[in-house]
Amino acid sequence: MQAIMTLKQVNYQAENKHILHDINWAIPVGAQVTLTGPSGSGKSTLLRIMAAMISKTSGELVFDGQPIESYDPVLYRRQVSYCFQQPTLFGETVADNVTFPYRIRKQPVDHDHILAALEYVGLGEQTLTQPIVDLSGGERQRVALIRNILFLPRILLLDEVTAGLDEQNREIIHRWLRHLNVDRGVTTIMITHDAQEIAAASTLAKVVAGRLEVQA
Amino acid sequence: MNLAVNNTSLFFAAMLVLVALGISLWQKLGLDKDIIVGVVRAIVQLFTVGYLLKYIFRVDNVWLTLAMMGFIIFNAAWNAKKRGAGIANAFPIALLAIFISTGVTLGVLILSGAIRLIPSQIIPISGMIASNSMVAIGLAFRSLNSQFHDQRQGVLERLALGSDLLDASIAIVREAIRTGMAPTIDSAKTVGLVSLPGMMSGLIFAGVDPVHAIKYQIMVTFMLLSATSLGSIIACYLAYRSFYNAQKQLK
Repeated sequence: MQAIMTLKQVNYQAENKHILHDINWAIPVGAQVTLTGPSGSGKSTLLRIMAAMISKTSGELVFDGQPIESYDPVLYRRQVSYCFQQPTLFGETVADNVTFPYRIRKQPVDHDHILAALEYVGLGEQTLTQPIVDLSGGERQRVALIRNILFLPRILLLDEVTAGLDEQNREIIHRWLRHLNVDRGVTTIMITHDAQEIAAASTLAKVVAGRLEVQA
Repeated sequence: MNLAVNNTSLFFAAMLVLVALGISLWQKLGLDKDIIVGVVRAIVQLFTVGYLLKYIFRVDNVWLTLAMMGFIIFNAAWNAKKRGAGIANAFPIALLAIFISTGVTLGVLILSGAIRLIPSQIIPISGMIASNSMVAIGLAFRSLNSQFHDQRQGVLERLALGSDLLDASIAIVREAIRTGMAPTIDSAKTVGLVSLPGMMSGLIFAGVDPVHAIKYQIMVTFMLLSATSLGSIIACYLAYRSFYNAQKQLK
C-alpha cells in the first residue's frame, strides 16, 4: 500500500535525553491510526516531529514522496495539520478563530463553508459572534478543530483532543473524524489514553519508552 | 542671562545627594554604593561632555560633528541592546533602528528649517532623539521577550495551523511597538500640565520668552513621536524573527 508518510530510523534527543529511538513507520494513505502509550513515552514528541513543530535529531521523514526538509515548513504544516490538547483560541470571538485560516492564506472568507463546518459539529451560526470565554471545553475543542480542517489537510494529527470531554462531545468529534477519514480521505493519527477509543482503533500504534510498536 | 550655578553652588547642592544616601542607609536599601558610583559617574561624564562639546562647537568641523553623532547613536544602541537579552542581533538591530529614526527625524527638522545645521543645535537634538528612540526600543525588546514567553502556546498553535512567521507574531509585534511608543504619547498628553520638559525649561532659564520656548517644545514633541514610532517599528519588525529557527519553529 502507498505510504503518505514514512519515517526511517528517526531519533530525537533533547538536552542529552534520548526521547525517541529508531522510529520506523510507513503510514498508509487514508489510514486511521490510534496512537497510545504511557505518558512521557514520546507520543507527543513523535506527533510534533511529524507536524514540523520540532525537528528530528536524525533519520529520515518522507511526506508524499519528498523529504520533509524539501518543504517550506509553513506550506507543509497546511498539509500536515496538528491539533493540540487544550487549544488556545485566538482573539475575542469564534469568528476570529474560524476566519484565521483564510487570513493566513490571504483568501476571502467562505462564509457558507464555515457555517457548514460549524453545523457538522453541532454549532449554529449564532456561535460565530460568541465570545470565546463563554465556550465550554467541548465547544472550544470543536472550534479549534474547525481551524485545522477548513482547508482540508492530507494528514490530521490529534493530540488527545477528546481528553477531558464528556460523552456527547466525544461522540460528536469521533463522528466528525470518521467522516473526514472515510468520506474526505484525510489520514488521521490520534493520540489517546481512552480505553474505548483504543478498542475501536482500526490501526493501533504504541510508543513505549521512545520505541514504536505498530499493530495492524 | 540669569544663570547662577557655579562650582560653589554645586558643592552646596551636593547636600541633596546626602539626602538620598541618608535614606538608603537608614532604610537599609543597600543603594549607597550605587548612589555614590552614579553621582561620580554623572559628574565625570558631564564635565567631559561639557568640555568636549565646547571644543566641538568651537572647531565647527563637519566630520567631528558626525563622529559625535555616531558616538551618541552607538551608545544608544548599546544600551537598548541590554534590554534585548535573548534577541539575536539585538545590537545591530538597535543600531539600525536608532540610526534611521534619528536620521529621518533630524532630516525633517533641518529641511523644515526648525533647527540649523550647526553643531550646537544638531548634536543636542541628535542626543534627545537617539535617547528617546533608545528607550522605546528597549521597552519594545522587553515586551517582545515577555510576550513570546507568555504567549508561547498561542504562537505554537498559529504555526501549527500553517501561518507564516509574521502572521504568528503580528499581535505580539504590534503590542511591542505600542509599548515602545506609549511613554512618548503619554507625556505628549501631559506636557505643560505636569512637567515643563527640559527643552523649554532650559530656554526659559536662559531668558527666552516662554511663548517662544514652547514652540521648541512643540517641535520636540513632534520629533519624539517620529523617533519612537520609527525606532520601535524598525526594531520589532527586524527582531521578531530571532524568536524562530531556520525551520520556522519557535525556539
